[in-house]
Amino acid sequence: MAEKNEQAVKASGEQLLYANVLNKGMIIGIIVLLVTYALYIVGILPTYIPVEDVPKYWGMSVASFSHELGTPTGWGWLHSVGKGDYLNFIGIAILSAISIFCYASIFPGLLRKKDTVLMVIVVLEILVLCFAASGILKSGGH
Amino acid sequence: MGKKLIRFLLVAAVFLALFAVVGDVLASTEPSPTQGVIKGESKIPWWGWPIILFFFTFILGILAVLGGVGGGVLYVPLVSGFFPFHLDFVRGAGLLVALAGALAAGPGLLRRNLASLRLAMPVALIASSCAIVGAMVGLALPAKIVQIMLGSVIIGIVILLATARKSDFPNVPKADKLSQALGIMGVYTEESIGKNIDWKIHRTLPGLILFIVIGLMAGMFGLGAGWANIPVLNLLMGAPLKISVATSKFLLSITDTSAAWIYLNSGAVLPLIVVPSILGIMLGSFIGVRILARAKIAVVKWIVIGLLAFAGVRALLKGFGI
Repeated sequence: MAEKNEQAVKASGEQLLYANVLNKGMIIGIIVLLVTYALYIVGILPTYIPVEDVPKYWGMSVASFSHELGTPTGWGWLHSVGKGDYLNFIGIAILSAISIFCYASIFPGLLRKKDTVLMVIVVLEILVLCFAASGILKSGGH
Repeated sequence: MGKKLIRFLLVAAVFLALFAVVGDVLASTEPSPTQGVIKGESKIPWWGWPIILFFFTFILGILAVLGGVGGGVLYVPLVSGFFPFHLDFVRGAGLLVALAGALAAGPGLLRRNLASLRLAMPVALIASSCAIVGAMVGLALPAKIVQIMLGSVIIGIVILLATARKSDFPNVPKADKLSQALGIMGVYTEESIGKNIDWKIHRTLPGLILFIVIGLMAGMFGLGAGWANIPVLNLLMGAPLKISVATSKFLLSITDTSAAWIYLNSGAVLPLIVVPSILGIMLGSFIGVRILARAKIAVVKWIVIGLLAFAGVRALLKGFGI
């Protein structure tokens, strides 16, 4: 009984797996973010917007900013990833995408357990996050 | 030691406020001839801003941990109120700040079984879907309207923080059918009393409905949403306080992700603002956790409430063009 109780206190297998994937993704994302930001700030790479000019534009709404500078939206930044400013988006995208991988990683375990309810939630959440990440949805109309 | 710490925190809060006001003055803005667009003509060199932002968010990170709130809820009103950045970019950065904090804390909380994946998953599905809608609406509305709404929400949060009760172990006589169907229950070790605590929840449906509103607000204002998650999980649904706090923190890693993508895809992310903010908040939170044991939490809580009230009024005034 006590052993059963001790077992219940521990995190489930899928929870631990989720935590491990989250941890690895977070560390990779932060390291990439630090490295790319350093490259951006020291000016080794060319930039889409010269770094010294950024303060001239950051008071604009995002709609005006994009209109005036022709900055990419959606996944368009991938075409400019060689520029120092958009290089930073790799780390930001990793941090924003980790949860999708976390959810995908626990799906096989739930399938084995035949945990239908959680499987449905996992699939729906992956769809929601992929939809958000797809670039189909963007705003900034004012 | 305690008095010294309080004195330090008070000085830090005053410093933060002064910092913000001075920054605001130095970042004088001039209207552009084109479409009434505001172009910030800063008197500070470009490299000064990331440094200022880093130190500002570092102090914010300490205060957030000691005040028991997330970084995002302090970040958005204070930075939008006193820095020259447009609210769109501040909200994008605020979401990423809250996201980074949640990602950093999430693995540890899940491993210790304080954050419950089973509790978080249905809630996250609703909140993250609605955060997408909130982000799109927030980016589509005029900034002045969002400022006024943000100011009102912040004043609401101030009232909530000042008056809300918390319950370590809420009384849940019977788990409701929905929570049973979703398998939401668990056991965790309460180290303060050395006991294993069985927990379950009730009022799951009204709780899930409230997460529609929470998701919308998280996306619209880029605030993170711990301030709203915790009372709903704890007081309404009956999860123990520690489970509520931990699950709420983990939950932000999913809710804020969906909204962050909308801001990212809309181009409302500026690395020059985002990266120093993330680093400052994370480092400040790390230091904050270290001094948490020695701080008088009640005093710090009131410092944070004061700062939030200040930022809320500022957002309202800015929204009304005063």
